[in-house]
Amino acid sequence: MLVALLIGACSTAPRAVTFHADDNPAKLSDWGLFMLADGRIAPRAGLVTYELNAPLFSDYAQKWRTIWMPKGNAAKYDADQWFDFPVGTIVTKTFYYSTPASAAVPQTSGEVLKVTPASYQNGVSGLDLRHVRLIETRLLVKRAAGWVALPYVWNAAGSDATLERTGADMPLTLVDGARRDAFTYTVPNQNQCAGCHAQDYRTRATNPIGLKARHLNRDFPGEGGEINQLRRLAALGYLTGVPGQGAPRNGDWHDDTAGSAAEARSYLDINCSHCHNQQGAARTSGLWLDAKTVDPRVLGMCKPPVAAGRGTGDRPFDIVPGQPDRSILPYRMASTDPGAMMPELGRNLAHKEGLELVIRYIKTLKGACDADDGTKLASR
Amino acid sequence: MRKILATFGCAAILASLAGCGAPKTDAQGFVIDPDFEKNLQQKLLDAKPGSVIDIPAGKYALSRSLSLTANGVTVKGAGMDKTILSFARATSGAEGMLVTGDDFTIQDLAFEDSKGDALKINGTKNAVMRRVRAEWTGGPKTSNGAYGLYPVQVTNVLIEGTVVKGASDAGIYVGQSSNIIVRNNRAEDNVAGIEIENSSNADVYGNTTTGNTGGILVFNMPNLPVPGSKTRVYKNTVTANNHANFGAKGSAVSSVPPGSGVIVNSNDEVEIFDNDLKDNKTGNVLISSYYSTGFDTKNGIAAAYDPFPENIYVTGNRFSGGGDDPGGRFEPLKALGGGRLPDVLWDGFTNPKLKSPGICVQNGTAKLLNIDGPGKSAKARIDTTVNCAPATRLKEIVLPAAMTKDSATS
Repeated sequence: MLVALLIGACSTAPRAVTFHADDNPAKLSDWGLFMLADGRIAPRAGLVTYELNAPLFSDYAQKWRTIWMPKGNAAKYDADQWFDFPVGTIVTKTFYYSTPASAAVPQTSGEVLKVTPASYQNGVSGLDLRHVRLIETRLLVKRAAGWVALPYVWNAAGSDATLERTGADMPLTLVDGARRDAFTYTVPNQNQCAGCHAQDYRTRATNPIGLKARHLNRDFPGEGGEINQLRRLAALGYLTGVPGQGAPRNGDWHDDTAGSAAEARSYLDINCSHCHNQQGAARTSGLWLDAKTVDPRVLGMCKPPVAAGRGTGDRPFDIVPGQPDRSILPYRMASTDPGAMMPELGRNLAHKEGLELVIRYIKTLKGACDADDGTKLASR
Repeated sequence: MRKILATFGCAAILASLAGCGAPKTDAQGFVIDPDFEKNLQQKLLDAKPGSVIDIPAGKYALSRSLSLTANGVTVKGAGMDKTILSFARATSGAEGMLVTGDDFTIQDLAFEDSKGDALKINGTKNAVMRRVRAEWTGGPKTSNGAYGLYPVQVTNVLIEGTVVKGASDAGIYVGQSSNIIVRNNRAEDNVAGIEIENSSNADVYGNTTTGNTGGILVFNMPNLPVPGSKTRVYKNTVTANNHANFGAKGSAVSSVPPGSGVIVNSNDEVEIFDNDLKDNKTGNVLISSYYSTGFDTKNGIAAAYDPFPENIYVTGNRFSGGGDDPGGRFEPLKALGGGRLPDVLWDGFTNPKLKSPGICVQNGTAKLLNIDGPGKSAKARIDTTVNCAPATRLKEIVLPAAMTKDSATS
């Protein structure tokens, strides 16, 4: 495929990364983050591509993540929370799908392929767009007043993306072998970005979700070879205070050696805990699924739902140990009904592999939800 | 105060222009305006303290949740039967509208057929819902959204003059909030008409609840950071809440027996007075502990949770009918009340560490039936030891003056 328009050749588009301190440019190209040429999208100098141990599921979209900081500025390491980033930081996440070989114009293909993460392009030198449909590029921009989330949606030519603050919906069909699932891909509106990224209701401040030690602590190719990403960010001057050892690490749930409980907890952490934590939007549910929570009850064991409504799926408790079919958690993960599904945003399809992982995890849990009808109490 | 004028379709154009007045609609009566949703969400994104977002009359189909994060915003329609936001065709989003901004007022419009909750307000202060209708238009169904109007962890809540119909859980659901007035609303055909849950300091008065499974619920659920107490339920009309329970199993309201007027479950310091309670076939007033819900588990409940209702005062209500068709295991107990269950039912679970649970009924000839839950009703009896009163009565709830000022539609 030939991209007709070369963004770099446009007279108005900057040729280097350009931080906008106040305005929200209408075009992604105004940020000067990417070069489009010869059927590739490539990162401009200073962008570091990174990957997470366990990523958030978004309707099987593939993701290419980058981070950029103004020269001479660095983020401060934190063991638990998102790092403290300098003003001027730009984080990008480009959502894209692989398209069938038969698609003459991949960028307008309604059919998109389910591919395994093992076959994703790593993005270090950009993406080969020959069989790719670019969907959206979300920016998180650190301004003096805090992080701002900006969703850009790619045009039909694949030449640029336009700021769509109110989001967008795209009908697509996911092709998985002989199976085809029609779905509506949903680009969130700007407030919905905050709906996940505001992980503490007291400040309501938007912050990165993936840029935490436990998600980044892994090897990944790039500058300096296939090395630990925390080390790479430190070597590049993007991160200070990385400990010599002992940084927390979430399990890679595609790594079958980790054991299903650790993998499942890692999966629940990245997919649920931005809301389901002590200060998150779902603090009101009493179900907290962040990596640090250890109390079995708070993790859902035998816990009655609070305000699930029909999201219970007629099941009694968030988790019934050993009995996924009686547990609410997998029911809501499997549902595609907007009134019952979890997460509430960011997916329209069920994540078959993630669901299987959580079902395996529940099967390994021991104990019973013994009813207590109070009859041990004496009558008066 | 800066006022943002809506410019949806014709709304801001002078009526003298041809084609204005009645917007074009499709076969189902929805306004044909492809940009309506985008424009409305854009206004919500751009809103600032003092913004007033006017939505003109019309029935609008929305495809996804609306979302507001800014503080100090008012959203107004032309009336709860004139401005209708319908989510019947929605494809994504857990609620009709989600609000996380303080000092929010919404009035004079309707939410219809949302897939999940109609309106959720999470973690704010000063929320006003006035003359809003939240309805599922296909009648009571388990597949309807759970909650109509749902403020949770909100300080200072005013819900007045609203209409809620068809919620598969609770029509009005005030959760984990404090300093609350719920007045002059109408709740029909929901599993729970009005529910005050894990909230403290609430006045619930002047409401009409009928045709629900349970009329007015004052509940406390386990595993939450905030226990609730201090609710006054008064001057309400609670009539024939006899609808079959259509709540999903596992949900808290699924344990509500059809025909429940006012239910207090596991909550403390509740006053129920000066209400008209009529024809609720299980019982006009039910007082129960968490042990009667069927959800209690030995290791799924936080140790700090108090499952017992305490200091409940029933006085000066007007009772008529009810208790005549409780069904199930309560049916045989009718004999104890002379052919019907008495007006006040109590499951009889008490905290062994307390001298008295403070269950008090001083309501003319109305009697209390102690069901003897701990003894599986072996000693069920009309309990005559409940002629008592709290040492001090709860105070009236006062909200910030700005919240109670009603700027009626222009």
